Amino acid sequence: MRFELALQHWEVFASGVWMTLHLTALCLLIGGCIAIPVAFAMLRGGVSGWLATGYVYLFRGTPLLVQLYLVYYGLSQFDFIRETWFWRPPAYLRSACIEDLMGWKVCAADFIPSLRSAWWCALITFSLNSGAYVGEILRGALKNTPKGELEAATALGLTDKQVRRRIHIPSAFRRALPQYGNEVIFMMHGSAIMSVITLQDILGVGRWLRAKYYVPYEGIVASAILYLVITYLLVFAFQLIERRYLRHLNIKAPGAERGWFGRSAV
Amino acid sequence: MRRSASTEARDAASLVLWVCPVNRAARLIPALGVVAALILLLTFAVGDYQALLLKGAAVTVSLALCSLVLATTLGIAGAAAKIRGGRILRFIASIYTVIARGIPDIVMILLFYFGGQRLLNAATEAMGLGVFELSAFVAGTLAIGLIYGAYLAETFRGAWQGLPRGQIDAAKALGLPTVLAFRKVYLPQLIRAVLSGYSNVWQVLVKSTAVVSVIGLADLVGIADKIGKSTRDSFMLMTIVLLFYLTLTIISERGFGWLERRSDRWAS
Repeated sequence: MRFELALQHWEVFASGVWMTLHLTALCLLIGGCIAIPVAFAMLRGGVSGWLATGYVYLFRGTPLLVQLYLVYYGLSQFDFIRETWFWRPPAYLRSACIEDLMGWKVCAADFIPSLRSAWWCALITFSLNSGAYVGEILRGALKNTPKGELEAATALGLTDKQVRRRIHIPSAFRRALPQYGNEVIFMMHGSAIMSVITLQDILGVGRWLRAKYYVPYEGIVASAILYLVITYLLVFAFQLIERRYLRHLNIKAPGAERGWFGRSAV
Repeated sequence: MRRSASTEARDAASLVLWVCPVNRAARLIPALGVVAALILLLTFAVGDYQALLLKGAAVTVSLALCSLVLATTLGIAGAAAKIRGGRILRFIASIYTVIARGIPDIVMILLFYFGGQRLLNAATEAMGLGVFELSAFVAGTLAIGLIYGAYLAETFRGAWQGLPRGQIDAAKALGLPTVLAFRKVYLPQLIRAVLSGYSNVWQVLVKSTAVVSVIGLADLVGIADKIGKSTRDSFMLMTIVLLFYLTLTIISERGFGWLERRSDRWAS
């Protein structure tokens, strides 16, 4: 047992935590932007509804790891993708660089999704995955909005657009909060597979420690503890948020009552 | 009042649908499409690798089923400890559910694969036995079973607590022996209450099995990854794996849907 190795390299673990957290946060942000139109399309039906349902079904019915392999190893084999900007941005974007406040070099080309980089592949896959899961959660919440709530808003003279923006979406968000909390935690857990495509997240750093010092499990135990701590910090944070935003419901927050159940598949 | 043309058209359409339920059949089209695409690609698109891929698929399915058995056992034990156990048992059970649900599946699998071998070596050495190798399959089953056992423990406990107390009192009042009361009164209602949660856990569990390929198990994902890298056609191979998992999802959705409808006859 040489756990002092993990403590000695705490900076590397801190960078791993940053990698996990910032990628998860970005994916949830982009996924949320995908989820709103997807949820409305699923409710409306028609061709867009079919497409949205297919998208949600595809991403919820298959493992994240396979999706990641498909994007990371699969897309790169096509020549027509290798010829686009998504493989190699043009030279004038690569050379348009500035030094940011931290002294790092940032180029215009860095903002174009590159299928060559593991980070972008992980971001694309996880965002699409999260968009599907959040879309499904949101669809349920939008559908379960009490009819009277929307009718009351219409009766008050709000236009359809106003009803949607000011009543329907906020109210659905509120009711989706406990499930959304589970989704955030599952996204954070799911992001651990990015270490498979060479990214140095929490688990990646744990495996790096294992390879560097040839210690069998100390690095992985350290990452497991970090994941455990972050998970329960998130659970705690969501309990606070739920208490704040669901206090109009006369019961305890449903998430707190039910206990944390994890991502639901159906 | 004259009926509008659109109303008439709608009525005619619903009559046609009533006579010949194409609507119901149409709902099956996406599912059948997925299965057909899987079979077509497997037959024509992968050359001589079908046998290998099918073997991998069998490994994936058996891994999922073995993990489910372990998870169910652990779930029942955990729920029983939480409901009936003394202070120590309850404490152990809650520590277990907290830890198992707080760690990602891939971390748990690596932990079991690397750490489990050390533990096993120490144990066999202490007992004076030879060296046993902890296979990737066993490590994966243990890790996945352990994680989803914790989820199932919560599901089972919730179902037990949702059981109407009156039913238990009634069974007692009728003088039913405990075993009979459990079999005839509690169990049907428990199954009904547990099914949707159980189906949820099963579907997440199936998707978790893909991760075991990371420790070198020759399951569908592992094999497809290797073939894809040697034939330089990862896209096709991964598409097949994707379709296979979709098929599994469709089958389990339909199967559990059927079970849930059947168990509705036990509705209290």
